[in-house]
Amino acid sequence: MGRHVLVIEDEQNITAAITFILSRDGWDVSTHANGVDALEAVQARVPDVLILDAMLPGRSGYDILRDLRAAPDLQELPVLMLTARGQAKDRARALEAGATQFMTKPFSNTEVVDAVRTLGGL
Amino acid sequence: MSALNLLIAVSAGYVLVLFIVAWGAERAAARGRGGWVRAPIVYTLSLSVYCTAWTFYGAVGYAARSGLEFVTIYLGPTLVMLGWWIVLRKLVRIGRRNNITSIADLVSSRFGKSNTLAVGVTLIAVIGTTPYIALQLQSIALSFGAFSGGFTGAPAEEVDVSQVAAWSALGLALFTIVFGTRRLNVNERHHGVVMAIAVEAVVKLVALLAVGVFVVWGLSGGVTGTLARIDASAIGQWQMQSPRWVGITFLSAAAFLCLPRMFHVLVVENEDESFLRTASWAFPAYLMLMSLFVVPIAVVGLDLMPAGANPDLFVLTLPLSQGREGLAVLAFIGGFSSATSMVIVAAIAVSTMVSNHVVMPIFLRTSGTGALVSGDVRAAVLITRRFSIAGVVGLGYVYYALSTGGAALAQIGLISFSGAVQVLPAMLGGLFWRGANRRGAIAGLSCGFAVWTYALFLPSFGAGVVFSEALIETGPWGVTLLRPQALFGIAGLDPLLHGLFWSLALNVGAFVVVSLATFPQPLERLQGAQFVNVFQQTGGRVDLAGRSAQSEDLMVMAQRILGTDEALALFRGAAQAQGLAGFLPEPDAQFLERLERALAGSVGGATAHAMVSQITGGASVSVEDLMAVADETAQIMEYSSRLEAQSEELTRTARQLRSANQKLTRLSVQKDAFLSQISHELRTPMTSIRSFSDIMRAAPEMSTAERAEFAGIIHAEAERLSRLLDDLLDLSVLENGQVNLNLREGRLADVLAQASAAAALGEDGKRLEVVVAAGDVTLNTDLDRLGQVFINLISNARKYCRVAAPRLDIRAWTEADGRVMIDFVDNGEGIARDLQDVMFEKFSRDSDQKAGGAGLGLAICRQIMARLGGTIEYLPGRAGAAFRIILPQTASVAAA
Repeated sequence: MGRHVLVIEDEQNITAAITFILSRDGWDVSTHANGVDALEAVQARVPDVLILDAMLPGRSGYDILRDLRAAPDLQELPVLMLTARGQAKDRARALEAGATQFMTKPFSNTEVVDAVRTLGGL
Repeated sequence: MSALNLLIAVSAGYVLVLFIVAWGAERAAARGRGGWVRAPIVYTLSLSVYCTAWTFYGAVGYAARSGLEFVTIYLGPTLVMLGWWIVLRKLVRIGRRNNITSIADLVSSRFGKSNTLAVGVTLIAVIGTTPYIALQLQSIALSFGAFSGGFTGAPAEEVDVSQVAAWSALGLALFTIVFGTRRLNVNERHHGVVMAIAVEAVVKLVALLAVGVFVVWGLSGGVTGTLARIDASAIGQWQMQSPRWVGITFLSAAAFLCLPRMFHVLVVENEDESFLRTASWAFPAYLMLMSLFVVPIAVVGLDLMPAGANPDLFVLTLPLSQGREGLAVLAFIGGFSSATSMVIVAAIAVSTMVSNHVVMPIFLRTSGTGALVSGDVRAAVLITRRFSIAGVVGLGYVYYALSTGGAALAQIGLISFSGAVQVLPAMLGGLFWRGANRRGAIAGLSCGFAVWTYALFLPSFGAGVVFSEALIETGPWGVTLLRPQALFGIAGLDPLLHGLFWSLALNVGAFVVVSLATFPQPLERLQGAQFVNVFQQTGGRVDLAGRSAQSEDLMVMAQRILGTDEALALFRGAAQAQGLAGFLPEPDAQFLERLERALAGSVGGATAHAMVSQITGGASVSVEDLMAVADETAQIMEYSSRLEAQSEELTRTARQLRSANQKLTRLSVQKDAFLSQISHELRTPMTSIRSFSDIMRAAPEMSTAERAEFAGIIHAEAERLSRLLDDLLDLSVLENGQVNLNLREGRLADVLAQASAAAALGEDGKRLEVVVAAGDVTLNTDLDRLGQVFINLISNARKYCRVAAPRLDIRAWTEADGRVMIDFVDNGEGIARDLQDVMFEKFSRDSDQKAGGAGLGLAICRQIMARLGGTIEYLPGRAGAAFRIILPQTASVAAA
């Protein structure tokens, strides 16, 4: 069993794409599609790397991230934040909320794989 | 007929003649035919009220006692009349211009209409006049008494002289009331009285001349004989006492101006300033005639009459002793007329003061408001005047009754003069010195009056009456410095001169010192200028004193308008430019122009001109000037109201700007949000497309099934992108109003059928049951756009209606007013409350659903409906989601 990545993303097709490329790279990929119970999903099985969309139905990625960092055992969890809004202030907002890395959609597949590898300590 | 009855008959007859004269003059004046009443000679003769019984009888007595000194009594008035243009002219001008009613009124007016001063002067007048009236009554009584010995050969009769005095007082009071208060004129002129006085002047002159002629030619054998007798008599030996001569001349001159009755005939009764010119020589001539035979009568009287005979009655007793009854009666009438004229005029003058300055103020104050109708005041004034006359004459009678057998007539006369003269400093000061002010006048009057009372009036009753002999000899409490007749250690002076000197010295001293030490009130300043510069106001030449006074006034005015510093700087600068020290420049044309300009900056040009002209007196303020002032004021007011309006508008504009700015800020925020939203909506499908196309490129080993799946995803996302772009463009066109409507007629049912055919079946195979009840409604509108709205609503219902058998009921009908209503109601859960508020906005969508829309559908629907002249709204409270479309049956082009 490889290392575990959790993808929290509401766009079905994007989730599918990420799952495909990371699985092929040897990651154990699980997914979650909405913001409301995202934190529970993380805590249920803490991943090695978390990919978090900024715009989620029910609850924004920023809010989830802030709560997540407030939990003592999740403070060091590497988080790659994705956003479809490409402005500089979105980046700042993500880093401020506690993202380890930030990536704007659309992304290149190799970028994502490289970033997850780095974050996963590989 | 007894002598007494004859005298009473003669007196009564004489008074009757006076009545007729006075009445005739009043009638003539009232009918405007009284030119002769207003002749300068009448005015001149009326001045003879100066010559009272004291002059008629007393001058002879005076000469018998003090030689030629009696001449001083005539000398003073003569000097005043000869120098009429110095004081009298000014006095008359001011009196006429200000409608002065009495000397108290004059002094009060000059010093800021001070009632205190008016009351003070009135008090002095009453106290000074009362003994004088008593004197006249006494002379009448004495003259009756002189006949008590009867005519030669007639039996002696007992004469109750005090009864005579009482009847005389009563008669005089009645006469004065009748002719003194017939009318109430602003100018207080009494033609009847003046005419009667003029007649009396002639009577007493004729009487005295007759006695004189009889004495010189009948008793002394002509002029030579008379001169010889005079040389032989004691009178010829009298030495002139210079101080006393100067003193009494001054006193009589001053009294001529200050005595209430003299002021009355001189100033108040003056009809025309030019009468003074005639009077200036005619009155001295009259006085000369009056004094012509005084010395001969005195000398002959002393020779022929028994020792101890009262020289004050020689005029009467001399013809009587010579058996000349007719002449004696004429002399009696002369004396009687002297006494009556004095009492009448004095009573009018003093009662005017008493009623105007004492009774009326009290009456007006106690009767509450001043809001009396004029008729009431008029009646009140007349009644007051009548009671005052009765009171003044009555007071004189009481004084006479209490002091019978008092000092010699002449002495009371001079002391009375001295009291009246206390008003002189305030009067002349007010006329010639602008620095004189109210406090100074009050101080001077008080001091002078107090000293007069203490040093002259009270001692005149004789030692032991009011003042004890000890007090007169050693002073109060033994303080010799305060001896009434040797104040401050100056003893040995004639008591009259002593009292006159100290009273006037302290009077003038206090007046000047207090005036210099205090500041006048504005009204005083104004009156002061008007009084002192009375001749300049009619364009007379401006002398140097007037000029500096003008500069001072200009300074005061400039200070008020420009402020002290600026005014001082302006004046000092101008003075320096003129080479003058200090801050009062010559008010030359250049300076006045500069000042006007400076003032104009604050009050406007016309106002500045009017103000400066008013002070410099060069030109009176004309009606045009006043109109200009009014115009200017109106302009200033309009300008200020315009400013106010402008400031209001500015405020309004600022408010609008603020709100526009807020709107812009809001729009900017909305624009950011919109761009951010678009970015999100575009990037999301692009992400999938890019990612899967990368995968397909980089992984050629994938299965055909996988390849087909990924290609399907790319296709779907690409379609989503193009749909989004279509919608955005559509919305942009609709929002900008650039849409072209394609109006045509069609059946609503057809449009609905087409729309449901296109939208009821989703690509995912989900089918919505659409039930249409449209009746037979036809429309003339853009049917394609309307269909777009329907498709949107139908596909929304299909997407969001999460029940086993989704169903949409569409019902359409036409309202009475021609509007078409179309309801879309599904059987789903409806739309959440918070979403209802925003669902017609761009990018708002049900976030829980993966419906694939960008949230632009309803926003587009709303825009289309607006273009078609209709509305789309959500109907809350139905079972499912319910929308209502309202549109006109025929879309107007204007709505596009």
